[in-house]
Amino acid sequence: MADFVVFALIAGISIALVAGPLGCFVVWRRMSYFGDTLAHSSLLGVALAILFNTQLQIAIIGSCLSFAALLLLLERKQALATDTLLGIIAHSTLAFGILVLSVSDRVQVNLNAFLFGDLLTITLTDLIWIVSCCLVSGVVLIFFWKKFLAITVHRELAMIEGLAADRLYALLVFLIAILIAVAMKIVGVLLITSLLIIPAAAARRLSSTPEQMAIGAALAGSLAVIGGLALSYAWDTPAGPSIVATAFVLFIVVYLKPEAGKR
Amino acid sequence: MTTDFLVRARGIGVSFEGRQVLSHVDLDLLQGQLITLIGPNGAGKTTLVRIVLGLLTPHEGQLQRAPDLRIGYMPQKLFVEPTMPLTVERFLQLPGPTDLKAENLLEEVKIGHLLKQQVSRLSGGEMQRVLLARALSRKPHLLVLDEPAQGVDVNGQVELYELINTIRAEHNCGVLMVSHDLHLVMAGTDEVICLNQHICCHGKPEHVSTDPAYLALFGRREAETLAVYTHHHNHSHDMKGAIIGDSCCDLHADKGPHKHG
Repeated sequence: MADFVVFALIAGISIALVAGPLGCFVVWRRMSYFGDTLAHSSLLGVALAILFNTQLQIAIIGSCLSFAALLLLLERKQALATDTLLGIIAHSTLAFGILVLSVSDRVQVNLNAFLFGDLLTITLTDLIWIVSCCLVSGVVLIFFWKKFLAITVHRELAMIEGLAADRLYALLVFLIAILIAVAMKIVGVLLITSLLIIPAAAARRLSSTPEQMAIGAALAGSLAVIGGLALSYAWDTPAGPSIVATAFVLFIVVYLKPEAGKR
Repeated sequence: MTTDFLVRARGIGVSFEGRQVLSHVDLDLLQGQLITLIGPNGAGKTTLVRIVLGLLTPHEGQLQRAPDLRIGYMPQKLFVEPTMPLTVERFLQLPGPTDLKAENLLEEVKIGHLLKQQVSRLSGGEMQRVLLARALSRKPHLLVLDEPAQGVDVNGQVELYELINTIRAEHNCGVLMVSHDLHLVMAGTDEVICLNQHICCHGKPEHVSTDPAYLALFGRREAETLAVYTHHHNHSHDMKGAIIGDSCCDLHADKGPHKHG
């Protein structure tokens, strides 16, 4: 197998393994629009990085983290309903990102690669970035798993039981931001949230504990990556959309199966 | 516990965006004492509860807590997303060590059979009991219950309040409870605090129910349903009700022969 396929597989599976459990929180907390907004805003980071000729990966992670911080701040202020706020930021950052990209004549950029991913052009440096970010996020997630769960079930109950709910929530959001930043290479800005949500939603049907759902989501995501890459390899389809399409098929298959608990 | 009080509040005042929500509230909660907090909507009951819980810092006044005070809190309601697979057992183990005996806790609130049930599928009454079990899981010195019987049918309410009384007696913990059902809780309540941004009146339940400030807030109708209850309660209590008791029996005795004859 060619190098680029191996690289793509390793990168895709590392992302899927972390995106599964993190995606469970996105589903449980109804944060899918939040994830979308973070992803869109990362395009502005890309555009600025190209404009100022800085290292791309750092710029994307940096912009994702700063937009995450901004969203947390605005959410706390409660000046606008959260979905309105997210809608404003998601689309204006996307628009500004594309504007900046179009005026920067420094390099010819392939906009499609950022919007829908470009997994097959992954370099060794990219791979190291992706794997190490996933490793760190994964370890943090496992370490704080129970606490994240407690604040998700009931924030105030968790606070009374001694957890710093606001700080834990911020940490969770930053983990999601980092994942989105590194996953951009795989499925692109427009499809990233699907990698968080679809595997988790598919796993929900088959699980009766949060942990089962997290592991199921990680496995479903990995399957989608493998299936999507195979599809892409065989028929020369774009990798990102192939992965998302495979994940969707998995989801449908799981939901066609009759529910276990129903009589 | 070295202090005699669990929580002591003095001159508590809170205002949100210039609107005074609470002012000059004093509160002493002793060990083993059950205080019921009543008041109309927007009276600041939940705000006061949040202050006692430490979720909100009062803008005026001060709140003292017994050192190392453990609080068990039962929120008004808890909604678990159906997308989250979570059994009752797992829910109870969330705050503490995983070796927590969830069965025992559930037995105590009489829902042992729900151990493996999904939290998102519980009925209103079952959920309240699960929440009570969670509050008990920390072996609290103080139980804070925010409208514990919300969404529970009338029979279930009576049972739930009885259960709370039993738990208080067994654990000897203090209880601060927000409740609208004064007629149901008064038998077990040591003190009622009637709140409407400030403390309108407080004292023994039978005293509060005849207090002009209480009547002004809740009106005659509510007070009369209470009075009926107190009446009954007083008689069975002080034994002067022997006549009533007898006449009651006489009535039955009268009826008995009639039916047979």
